[in-house]
Amino acid sequence: MKYSGKGFASLALVALSSTTALAEEVHVYNWSDYIDTALLEKFEKETGIDIIYDVFDSNEVLETKLLAGKTGYDIVVPTADFLSRQIIAGAFQPLDFSKLPNSKNLWDVVQARIEPYDPGNKYSINYMWGTTGIGVNVNKVKEVLGEDAPIDSLDLIFNKKNMEKLAQCGVMFLDAPTEVIPAALAYIGEDPDSKDTKVIAKAEKILSDIKPYVSKFHSSEYINSLANGEICVAFAWSGDLLQARDRADEADNGVEIAYNIPKEGALMWFDQIAIPADAPNSEAAHKFINFILDAENMAAASNYVYYANGNLASQEYLEEDVIGDPAIYPDKATLDNLYTLTTYQPKVQRFVNRLWTKIKSGI
Amino acid sequence: MNIRRFTLIFTPYFWLIALFLIPFIIVFKISLSDPALAIPPYTPNFDLSGGWSAIGTFFSQLDFENYEFLLTDDLYWKSYLTSIKIAFFSTVFTLIVAFPIAYGIAKAPLHLRPMLMMLIILPFWTSFLIRVYSWIGILANEGILNNFLLWIGIIDQPLRLINTNIAVYIGIVYTYLPFMILPIYANLEKMDSSLIEAAEDLGCSRIGAFWSITLPMAKSGIVAGCMLVFIPAIGEFVIPSLLGGSSTNMIGKVLWGEFFSNRDWPVASSVAVVLLAILMIPIILFQRHQQKENMNE
Repeated sequence: MKYSGKGFASLALVALSSTTALAEEVHVYNWSDYIDTALLEKFEKETGIDIIYDVFDSNEVLETKLLAGKTGYDIVVPTADFLSRQIIAGAFQPLDFSKLPNSKNLWDVVQARIEPYDPGNKYSINYMWGTTGIGVNVNKVKEVLGEDAPIDSLDLIFNKKNMEKLAQCGVMFLDAPTEVIPAALAYIGEDPDSKDTKVIAKAEKILSDIKPYVSKFHSSEYINSLANGEICVAFAWSGDLLQARDRADEADNGVEIAYNIPKEGALMWFDQIAIPADAPNSEAAHKFINFILDAENMAAASNYVYYANGNLASQEYLEEDVIGDPAIYPDKATLDNLYTLTTYQPKVQRFVNRLWTKIKSGI
Repeated sequence: MNIRRFTLIFTPYFWLIALFLIPFIIVFKISLSDPALAIPPYTPNFDLSGGWSAIGTFFSQLDFENYEFLLTDDLYWKSYLTSIKIAFFSTVFTLIVAFPIAYGIAKAPLHLRPMLMMLIILPFWTSFLIRVYSWIGILANEGILNNFLLWIGIIDQPLRLINTNIAVYIGIVYTYLPFMILPIYANLEKMDSSLIEAAEDLGCSRIGAFWSITLPMAKSGIVAGCMLVFIPAIGEFVIPSLLGGSSTNMIGKVLWGEFFSNRDWPVASSVAVVLLAILMIPIILFQRHQQKENMNE
């Protein structure tokens, strides 16, 4: 809709003044709250290309648009496990690295971890990576559970005894079965990446037991709710929780947020920039990617969203509270303890989603 | 038959075919397909270039297994039932709220009526989404309503409203209220008030006159209003997902899950086709009712 509307507008423009050159456009579809808008302005100024910027808050929405085809987007940012499936479906075009001189800045450690999703790293470059862990309102949680509350352990959210008490100050979970179910499996010592439905089914008991004490399953609301004190615990994405911490600091409302990577291990995920196979302006898309790959630009993005990136050269420009924060750039031991997930086959995926519905609604 | 008559008759059929029949055939076709990891994410696809044999294989690959699948899992019929239940009670509540308003406007002095109608329609000038979001602000634990009730001392613990079915009912009743008021008002306004006078002159009580004159005469407005609320409420997705809790399982949310989480467009389409069939029943009943009404006149 938006796209065709633009088309009409530019047609009208051409009709009005044939002397004005048509401004080039690049259509970007990225996660909500995921870029410093100053960067977008900088790109427009440097290249003269207009950015049409849309946002989403779930991989599922992006994937459905991609699989329907003709999204009209030149740049999309799926998470790696979704990306790998979309590559198989033929949703992307291989990147032309001759147009991406800044790709020399990429960090081999992260590249190697992405390789299983994007064989040969041909279709995507890493935008941000992070972990899924626990954000807490420190004072409230200690008030409820006492000084020795296990805020760095999955025990905090998967142990019914803790959740019963936490319910009075509010707990939110991501509404993403592929994030929460593996964590529940890690908690009981099973392989979080298991594809065996018998193993996956073991997560049901853990999650059904704590479900009555969860105020909401949602994938973006917790940022504000945690920052303004409406909830005291969120199991969610690292950078979003760190944003909540900063918003609380700015509001100076007495709310103190802390993010911890659970000691039982946590999911390490990668958000990848890719170009849809039918992108209307792949040339501009490459320019955009090369711009993002610039060390200083990438650092500016990370400094703003509090996620780590896959750009080694950017690290010297990162602020101390980003590069020095083990919740963002974990130390070697923690990093080794992080797990990655591969994609489910459709039958298993349906099983996982059905289990999730059952946990949430009891049906 | 001359061209003018043909155009006149054909125009409504053209829109019906273009906006209802063709989309329905596409959805129905997808519901008979199998999911695939491709663009588009189902198979087979219609391909004319392969000639007659390709068309033959195309049709042989379609089957009803997705509909059979809907029967194997409790989730679907339970969600249909929840949706029908929520839509039904929302319709009843909307009627209870809307009728006195419509009645009041119809009985108001003539020069005030346009302004009162305006007040009903005015909120529609704001985006639907923004109005639903405002309800989050009103119903939240730290929201306007709870703070007000705490302040005047009616409650000493905030009421849990947001993310419950109560919030869904409030959202639906609020959103669809004008759809109920307008047809009822249109009916009541046409009513001849001398009929009531006559009834009262003949010894009928005021309440009796309301039940035996006003209500029957407003009936077609009430039926139309109920249809306008019930039908969209059944497939409602936005209100339950924003105001409802995770246990509010309306069919709109199930449909979303099939499309987005399971990426199973064929099952999603069959859920939609069954929903359409369920919705057809009240529409057909309504049609019958209208026909009877016309015959009586």
